[in-house]
This record gives sequence, structure tokens and C-alpha cells, in this order.
Amino acid sequence: MDFSTFLQQLVNGASLGSMYALIAIGYTMVYGVLRLINFAHGDIMMVGAFLTLMGVTAGLPFPLAVLLGIIGTVIVGILTDKIAYKPLREAPKISLLITAIGISFFLENLFNVIFGGIPKAFPAPDYLTKVMHLGEIYLPVTVIIIPVVTVLILGGVLWVLYRTKYGMAIRALAFDIPTVKLMGVDADRIITIVFALGSALAAIGGVFYAISYPSIDPLMGVIVGLKAFAAAVLGGIGSVTGAVIGGFILGFTEIFVVALFPELGGYKDAFAFFFLILVLLFRPTGIMGEDLERSRF
Amino acid sequence: MSNPLLEIRNVTMKFGGVTAIDNLSFKVPSDAIYGLIGPNGAGKTTIFNIITGNYQPTEGTVVFDGEDITGTKPHKVVAKGIARTFQNIRLFKSMSVLQNILIGFHDQIPYTYLEAVLRLPRYHGYERRIRAEAIGILEEFGIADYAENNATALSYGNQRKVEIARALATKPKLLLLDEPAAGMNPSETEDLSNIIHKIKKDYDLTILLIEHDMKFVNAMCDTVTVLDYGEKIFEGPPAEAIVNEKVVAAYLGDFTHA
Amino acid sequence: MKNAIVKLLLILLTLGFIAWANQTLDSYTLSILNNIGIFAILALSYNLINGVTGQFSLEPNGFVAIGAYFAALFLIPSSDKIDMFALVDPAPIILQMQASFLPAILIGGIAATLIALLLSFPVFRVRGDYLAIVTLGFGFIIRIFALNSPAYTNGAMGLNDIPEVANFMWIGTIALITLIVMLHIVYSKYGRAMKAVRDDEDAATAMGINTFRIKTVAFMTSAFFEGIGGGLLASFLTTITPDQFSFLLTFQLLIIIVLGGLGSMTGALLATILVMGSMEWLRFLDDDMVIFGMHTGAHPGMRMVVFAILLIVMMLFARKGLFGDREIHEIIRDKFKKKGKV
Repeated sequence: MDFSTFLQQLVNGASLGSMYALIAIGYTMVYGVLRLINFAHGDIMMVGAFLTLMGVTAGLPFPLAVLLGIIGTVIVGILTDKIAYKPLREAPKISLLITAIGISFFLENLFNVIFGGIPKAFPAPDYLTKVMHLGEIYLPVTVIIIPVVTVLILGGVLWVLYRTKYGMAIRALAFDIPTVKLMGVDADRIITIVFALGSALAAIGGVFYAISYPSIDPLMGVIVGLKAFAAAVLGGIGSVTGAVIGGFILGFTEIFVVALFPELGGYKDAFAFFFLILVLLFRPTGIMGEDLERSRF
Repeated sequence: MSNPLLEIRNVTMKFGGVTAIDNLSFKVPSDAIYGLIGPNGAGKTTIFNIITGNYQPTEGTVVFDGEDITGTKPHKVVAKGIARTFQNIRLFKSMSVLQNILIGFHDQIPYTYLEAVLRLPRYHGYERRIRAEAIGILEEFGIADYAENNATALSYGNQRKVEIARALATKPKLLLLDEPAAGMNPSETEDLSNIIHKIKKDYDLTILLIEHDMKFVNAMCDTVTVLDYGEKIFEGPPAEAIVNEKVVAAYLGDFTHA
Repeated sequence: MKNAIVKLLLILLTLGFIAWANQTLDSYTLSILNNIGIFAILALSYNLINGVTGQFSLEPNGFVAIGAYFAALFLIPSSDKIDMFALVDPAPIILQMQASFLPAILIGGIAATLIALLLSFPVFRVRGDYLAIVTLGFGFIIRIFALNSPAYTNGAMGLNDIPEVANFMWIGTIALITLIVMLHIVYSKYGRAMKAVRDDEDAATAMGINTFRIKTVAFMTSAFFEGIGGGLLASFLTTITPDQFSFLLTFQLLIIIVLGGLGSMTGALLATILVMGSMEWLRFLDDDMVIFGMHTGAHPGMRMVVFAILLIVMMLFARKGLFGDREIHEIIRDKFKKKGKV
């Protein structure tokens, strides 16, 4: 592989990894505080992309459409928790998981009914579709913007988690819910914040996806969501830093393996699955290694 | 004492920066009713979890019946002859009282999956046998009438009995009871106390129990070890423990400890 | 003794019904019965790992696909394969795979079982709820492999002209066998252990149960019958493609076992009949409807939205489903039984 191709793929990997990272954070945070794999989270990303599409089709300037898309997605995320998950806080875990799958299926089919199953083109503004030439490398502007914006966002998330009292409450909640409640923390409020934050990030991820790929469809969140979760496990479920690391590792792996071995192209989507299996076999706590599943005696 | 049934040797348990158990040693003789007492958070349940293999001690060994069983996997510890109950009664909520007891017999039933599916004679033979044994145990506890009731429908005191009966079904040599009298009124406590004495005799058991209720401890135990902040501060007869300075201070909370 | 006689009678009656139906009923009704039969097999198996053992899994579509492909490859005559594999030539081993009906179906089941065993190691040795994600991903992986290995699976074109041996005699009888096997498992020390793991895994361990082993056994059993169901499906439909085994299949089974009552085998059976029946009936939701004088327009997929809402509503308000986790004869018996007054 020559240097310019390497650079090209590096940037592609960073872009893809960013998307996985943004979505993986939502998974890992919800799992951290609720021990729930929110199956609907990947579909939340899809909701973000479609709501933004609606804004754009309605004639709104792109940044406004994105903002409204994010807000709308946050509302959907919070509502999901309030309507479907919160009533089942004390119920057996399997009920919660089944409901999450139900929500996922609901969102997919709802948007399928509203928008139709045919993939929709996402009209990104011109300044985002420009392609730059650096020597022999062709860099769509998106491929630079996405990782940069993602890193900024991640910085913000980490700041919230480690420098604000809400962030501290989130981290405490991930550790031990009953005790935290006894200390007067409004657990429900914190959980709502977690869903809001996760949904916002997923929405941004959805917009990034929409501007990177030719079209969006109601099932786009499914595979991406699965992979993002695998990335979260790879990085260490419950750890935001881990989710980011896992996301980027997965992104780079997908890009580079296919670049080096084009015949494996069709299997690209399977890499995440193999990472997942390998992690569970050899290091279940993932790269950041927090053991959330200490048995409670 | 001639070979103790259970020996805790220099066990230390650290969780991250917290030392839950600090260099603890004690011996439980065969045939004893031994008490583990101390204020909340002293580490009593942690010791149970170390004995049953749920936790691997940072240092030290657990010797049972002459064998080092430190760190043995929990489901294998049962086969060695140690059974336990839990502080907050953990019965199988979807099952009847009888079915809960039958679980205790799991390891003792040798028929294979295939034999169960094909309903070969071995299946029928063992099912009949353990059912009879289970009813027998329930009769010892005086709750055989409730055999077909869902386990959660029983009174708290009776649920505790079911839990103990279930542990008994595993045919243990050592029975670990974690606060068996918790949440019981005086008459239930006395009932429990009688039953424990009875099963100890009938089933030839050694009993290690965690308790708060000093009257109960006094009535039941030959010897107690008192824990405070993971350390042993006293070992001896319960009557002496009650008047021991250190023990009293631990329970009342020494004001200099702030 | 009385139980055994009743049981035998019920079995004979059912077999009689199957034989009669297979001979007498028209092909449309039979195809509905066959559909119900196959879904019953799948629902009963899915219920074992999910409902009885309480391990949330999304495995059916993956194992059904495996069973279907293996059975199909063993059933299709070699000569047909050479013509059928349009994209590339079939791999030599594919041409060697030949078996008669029952062995082919069994091979499908065994293949699924072995894969379930492999998956058990990463999933069950670890605490945590990874089974669902791994099985969800597994379903996708199977599809990816089916698409990308044309020498083995004929890729996107799938396999057709699968010998149509699966009639109601086969499907009905195997469904009956599945029901009996599942009930025998549930009413044995293994079923009790599975339920114990579901109710309280730590307490189950404290009773000497090797929870890893029990979960694996349950998972492998579910996989086996799902594989069998897949083989029957392949022979029933005579054509299979990678896209047929999508998550939708698992979702339908999930609705079925929740409706029947997680853990209840007879409940799952009843729910299969109800759901498969109403799937057809609810097709009208996909069409143009007139509500209060207004046309809704045709919206394919509306049916699925309604089903999703139904599942969520069930989980929120009727989690126990129809039979809870008990079997129909227990429910009937409890109405009459003498129990100690508590």
C-alpha cells in the first residue's frame, strides 16, 4: 500500500470510527446506569438522520435542520425511557430487554411506513460535499470534519462526566444504584440525562452517516447499532473512553482490512461480530477493563 | 480440638482499596453451632461468600474437612458438603415449595438428559424417590401441607424454613445460615431455634450462623467469633462476648472512632 | 398410571388428526396447518432458552437458516446442484452432500446444535447479557456468509427445487414430538434447574447447579429443534434465499412466546395458532383502510408497527401472557386442587 492510499484509508477509518464511537457512547452509558442493552439505540441514530432529512426537505437551513433533528431525537430517546423502560425498572431484566427490542422494531417499521422502504437520498449542503485534493489523495470534506467534530464532542462529554456534578452522579449511578439513591440523588433525572445525551450523540452520528453515504433507510441503524455495541464491549462496556477507543478500532479495522484484502470486502460487517466473540472469550471486561458484573451478594 | 470441620486461616479480603476482612482466623469444630457476629458491615457475609467460593480471598485459605477448598467454584463447593442460606431469602419465586426443595437434590439425581426426555425407568425411579425425601424434609419443618403452594405465598417465617429445608436437601455437612432470624418476631424466632436444633441432631450437621439477635445467638451458639471492620475482636462463648469491653464498644460505636 | 393413559390417548388422538388432515383437507388449509406446525416447533424451542431458562436470546432466525441450508443441500440431488449454482460452480463437498429426508433434517438440527455449543463459550462463561447481542449479530453473520460463499450456498440466488417431502404428516408429527420432548425436559431435574437459573442464578449456583452447563444444554436443545424446523421449512417452501431468515422471523417468535406466557410450552403452542392466524387476518392493516370516512392509504408495514406496539403493551401491562409460566393442565388442575391454607 503506498503512502497516499494509506493516508486516504487512515482518514476514512477515522471518519467511520467516529460514527461508531458516537453511537457506542450511548450504548455504554445506558448499560452503565441501567444494565440494559438498549436495542433501540441504533434506531435512534436512524431517527436523527430522518428528522434532519425532514427539516432539510422542509426548506430549513442545514444547521437548523440538524439542530432540530437532534432535539427531536433527544425527545424520542427520553420518551422511550419514560414510556417503556421506566415502568419496568423493578421488573425482571428479560422484560426490559424484550421491550427494548419492541421499541427497536417499532421505530424501524414506523419510519418504514412514514418514509417508505426505498432508501432516500440525503441532500447535504454544498460546503459539505466538496472534495479536496491533496496530491493524489481525494478527501471529501466530510472525512475531515467528522473526526474533528467528534473529538470535540468527546472532549465535551468527558468534561461533563468528570467535571460536573451531573457527570459525577452518572458515574456513581453506574457503580451502585441503590446506594446512590439513598444519598439523595434523583436517579430518574440522571437517567433521563443519560438518555438525552446518548440520543443526541446518536443523532449527530446519524447526520454524519447521512452525509457520508449516498442514502439513508429505516433499517440503517440496525447494523451500525450492532457494530457500535460490539465496539462498546471491545472498549469495555460502561466506559465512555472505552466506547470511543472501541469505535475507532472497529472503524480502522473495517477500512484497512478491506483495503489490504479486497476479497474480504463482503465480510466487512462480520468483523465487529468477531471482535465481540474474541473479547468475550479472552477479555470480557474489554480494553478499559471495568467489571460491572460483580455479583451482588 | 480434634480436627475442626471448617478452618479459616489468615484470610484477608481486599476489594480495591477497601480491606473487608483483615487476617481472620477461626476454627469451627464438628458438631458445633458456631456464631459469627458483629455490627453491620463487619464482613460476616463476605466470609460466607469466601467459604462458598463466590469470592477468592486476597490472602489466606479455607480448609474444609481437611481439604483446602479456597477458591473452589461455588457450585462445586456444594458437592463438598457446604450449603448456605441468604440474608434476604432467595427462594425460586416461580416454583412451589416442593419444587424449591427438589432443586436441592439436583446433584444427587444421576439420570441423564436423554433418560429424562425418553422417560426411561431411571427417571421415574429417582423422581419418586426424591419427591418422597423432599416431603420428608418438609414434614420435619412442619410445612408439608404447603408443598404445592407457590413458595412466595408462605409467611416470612415459613419461607425461611423452606430456604433452610432446600439447603438441607443438598445433604451438607456444614450449613451456613445468614441471619436466619432476621425479620422474625419472638415466637417465630423461638420456633426457628427449635427447628435448627432438631435438624442439627437429625441430620448430623455442623452449623455456622451469622446473626444480630443476641438472644438468638445466646440460645443457639456454643462459640462465637465477633468481627468488627473485618477483624476478629473476640472468640469464645456468647455469654462472655456480651460483657466483653471491645465487643460492647463495637456494637455501640466507640465515639473516638468518629 | 392415570396420567400415562391420558397422555397416550392424547398422543394417539393427535396422530390420528394429523393423518386424517393430511389425507382429507385441501391444500390451502394444509399449507396453513404446515405453517402453524413449523412455527410451533420454532416457538416451543425458542421458549426453552428464553422462557424456561430466562436467557434472553435472539437466535432463531440464525439457527433456522442453518438448518434450512444444511437440509436443503443434502436433499437437492447432485445433478440439480450443478445447474442450480449459477454464480460459481458448487464446491466439491457440496456435490457429495446427499441424504434422504429424515437424515437431512437431522443433519440440519445437528449443525445448528454444534454452532450453539461454540457460541455458548464466549457467551455463557461471562456474566452479563451478551447472549442477545451475540445471537442478534449471529443472525446477520449467517446472512453475510450465505451471500458471500456462492460455492457453498449459491449466494443471493439461494437454493430452489428443494424436494418437497415435508407434508403435514412429517410436520405435524415432528411438532408433536417437539412438544413432548419439551414437556419431558421441563418436568425433569433439568427443567427445574433451568427455571432455577431463570429465577435466581446465584441461588441456583448455591444449590450446586452448574449454571454454565444448564444454559448451554438449553441453548443447544433450542438450536437443535430450530434447525429441524429450518430443514422442514426448506422442504416445505422448496426455495430458500438468504433474505428469508431475517430478524422478522425471530421477532414473530418473540411475540408468540410472550403472548403464550414465557416458559409455558402449551402457552407457546396456543399462541402460535393465535398469532399465525391473526398475521393473516391483520393483513388488512397494510391496505387502504377507511377510518371515520377518511382513507389511510395503503401502508405496507403498518401491520408490523401494530405488532411492535402490541408487544410493548404486553410487556408493560400483561407480562405474564396467557398462561404465565405454567402449562394448561396445571392451570386446570390448580382450579380443583387442594392446597394448604396459607
